Amino acid sequence: MPDLTTPSSANSDEAVGLEDTSDHDLIEIETSGAVGETLLEVDHVTLRFGGVVALNDVNFEIRRGEILGLIGPNGAGKTTCFNAMTGVYTPTEGKIRFKGKEIAGTKPHKINHLGIARTFQNIRLFPEMSALENVMVGCDARHKSSVVGVLFRSYRVRPTEAELPESGIRRSLAKVFGVSRHTLEERAGRRRSMELLRFVGIADRAHELARNLPYGYQRRLEIARALATEPELICLDEPAAGFNPAEKEDLMGLIRRIRDLGHTVLVIEHDMKLVLGVTDRIVVLEFGSKIAEGTPEEVARNPKVIAAYLGEPDDAA
Amino acid sequence: MSQILDAYRGLRLGDRWDGAPTVVRWAVMLLVIAFAFYLPYLNILPFAYIRTDLTSSGSDWASVLFLVVVYMIVAVGLNVVIGLAGLLDLGYVGFYALGAYSIALFGSTNSPVVQAMQSKFGLSEEWAVPFAVCIPIAITMSLIAGVFLGAPTLRLRGDYLAIVTLGFGEIIRITARNLDNVTNGAAGITQVPVPPGPEIDGRAFFNTIDAERWYWLALTILILIIWLARRLEHSRVGRAWLAIREDEDAASVMGVAGFKFKLWAFAIGATLGGLAGLLFGSKQQYVEPNAFMVNLSFLFVAMVVIGGSGNIFGALLGAFLLTYLPERFREFVDWRPFAFGVALVLVMILRPQGLVPSRRRAREFEDRRHEAEEAAADA
Ligand SMILES: Nc1ncnc2c1ncn2[C@@H]1O[C@H](COP(=O)(O)OP(=O)(O)OP(=O)(O)O)[C@@H](O)[C@H]1O
Ligand SMILES: [Mg+2]
Repeated sequence: MPDLTTPSSANSDEAVGLEDTSDHDLIEIETSGAVGETLLEVDHVTLRFGGVVALNDVNFEIRRGEILGLIGPNGAGKTTCFNAMTGVYTPTEGKIRFKGKEIAGTKPHKINHLGIARTFQNIRLFPEMSALENVMVGCDARHKSSVVGVLFRSYRVRPTEAELPESGIRRSLAKVFGVSRHTLEERAGRRRSMELLRFVGIADRAHELARNLPYGYQRRLEIARALATEPELICLDEPAAGFNPAEKEDLMGLIRRIRDLGHTVLVIEHDMKLVLGVTDRIVVLEFGSKIAEGTPEEVARNPKVIAAYLGEPDDAA
Repeated sequence: MSQILDAYRGLRLGDRWDGAPTVVRWAVMLLVIAFAFYLPYLNILPFAYIRTDLTSSGSDWASVLFLVVVYMIVAVGLNVVIGLAGLLDLGYVGFYALGAYSIALFGSTNSPVVQAMQSKFGLSEEWAVPFAVCIPIAITMSLIAGVFLGAPTLRLRGDYLAIVTLGFGEIIRITARNLDNVTNGAAGITQVPVPPGPEIDGRAFFNTIDAERWYWLALTILILIIWLARRLEHSRVGRAWLAIREDEDAASVMGVAGFKFKLWAFAIGATLGGLAGLLFGSKQQYVEPNAFMVNLSFLFVAMVVIGGSGNIFGALLGAFLLTYLPERFREFVDWRPFAFGVALVLVMILRPQGLVPSRRRAREFEDRRHEAEEAAADA
């Protein structure tokens, strides 16, 4: 089984905050369909890099409301699968449909707007921005203010009672002239970002630069940033890589809570035990091909899967 | 040296500024602005030593101030492109030239364009496009140039963009030099119009003698621009630029429309460059191709980089130092390139992030402390 990308010594002395994050004010996201229906369909996708066949006729679906595990040995094509789903690569053959709409070849930011977000196996935050700002970039994906609107505060909306300022003059002005949409979005975005940081358990360092955060915080920040875009489907690429067992357990709890908010979760994870514990269904890739699919129990019993995992001498996890 | 730098850091001006009450901040801001408007008359010792006209061979103080402010406008614009969006534009002088040439071509009776219009429409020889109309023309021309240059090239990355923009700057200058029957070629265009204003002492309000009026005009525009630029910086637009600068691919997966925001950065930068060029051309009342050599582009980039890429006040400081110091120390004119080189190398070694690095990195939103406390209480 694959080695962990980051040596565990790098983070053993920087324990991730294990505080209870189940207490939060996030509301469930709006979803446009029923639990259990097909949300994303990977339809016989093949993806080649020159001679390398990274994905070979891969075929599976993700159902709304589930936690789907994507597992497989090193180089099986899991990350490539994410890249194809989020518009980073276009499949050589086959189709990818999200909510029935073909998305292969669509620009990454448009796919994000459709409702798919992801994290990266090798963390890719905006290092010179604070944790809070990183998440706010995610929130901005749902905001509408234009450059002109930001410059001249030209798009005004009538504020609700809760959005009105408390003090006298500002309050009357806001009542007469309305409030710029930009101001409201900025305020709401900051509040929601803070809430998300709390949700993933790293709010205590919200104002630190992303690059100064400990490893475990960075991994969680990536999740918060992805959640900020209000995705119906969130894809986590080895979110627990480099975590110790306690931290991993903690993260699996977070994944369940993410699902409880209404997000559908696709997660890549190497640790079999963890995957079996948290997922509803599992898809197994090996050398670019799907070799098994089913409930955790079915997959764990599947001889092909056992062979694929036990066949690797460095299977230690 | 490092102790000095530490002491400098210890001042924590940025944090103090954020910690100060709103009233204090406004008062300080107004004082600074008032002082800036008063600068041309500065005569109290020892402050008067900063004047550039202490010796008979010195440059006119108000004119130097004007040029400093024009270059500050340039620096604010280029800071959007380089500092925020991370796009290395080495042809910024092209937009500056376009702004200056727009007002000359349409506003001057000496311009072949205006003369052609006169004969075509049977207008008098005094007629030219009014100054007030020249402003939107100049701004639109630079904006369009920015979009036309940006649309195909912003899909390129890093070095390629630098090379293409470098070429653009030269193309503008060479075109201006060679299109004799449009731009008068190397001879340039005279009688570039000045803004309208009441006559004082029998002279136009904006004339070649009373440079302080030009300075005040430019300063007013600069203040407006800083105000608007800060709005952009602290918005989803500014965040999108930073995200693109940090990791364009990750940004686009997070829903940031990379190309769109890069094009906006480019267009905004181009507009400000054009506006600065317009002010420059109008004050000179004369434009010629040699005023827009490629080394001016490098000077502009140096202002942003030395001052502190990504920080408006850093860019302003860079513009000030690189414009003012050479004028103040004209006696050492032969040493100028040497001093410039040494300064650049020193800054790159000692403070690669610039003299005033982006405070965004340490400083956060107004209610930073408040939020941190709140979070700590909840944790
Ligand atoms: N951009 C690329 N160019 C060429 N080959 C690539 C590219 N990206 C991935 N590959 C190849 O595709 C195969 C699948 O890689 P991928 O990263 O998807 O594996 P993975 O299942 O995520 O593995 P890991 O567990 O190591 O993360 C590998 O053989 C890899 O070398
Ligand atoms: Mg991978």
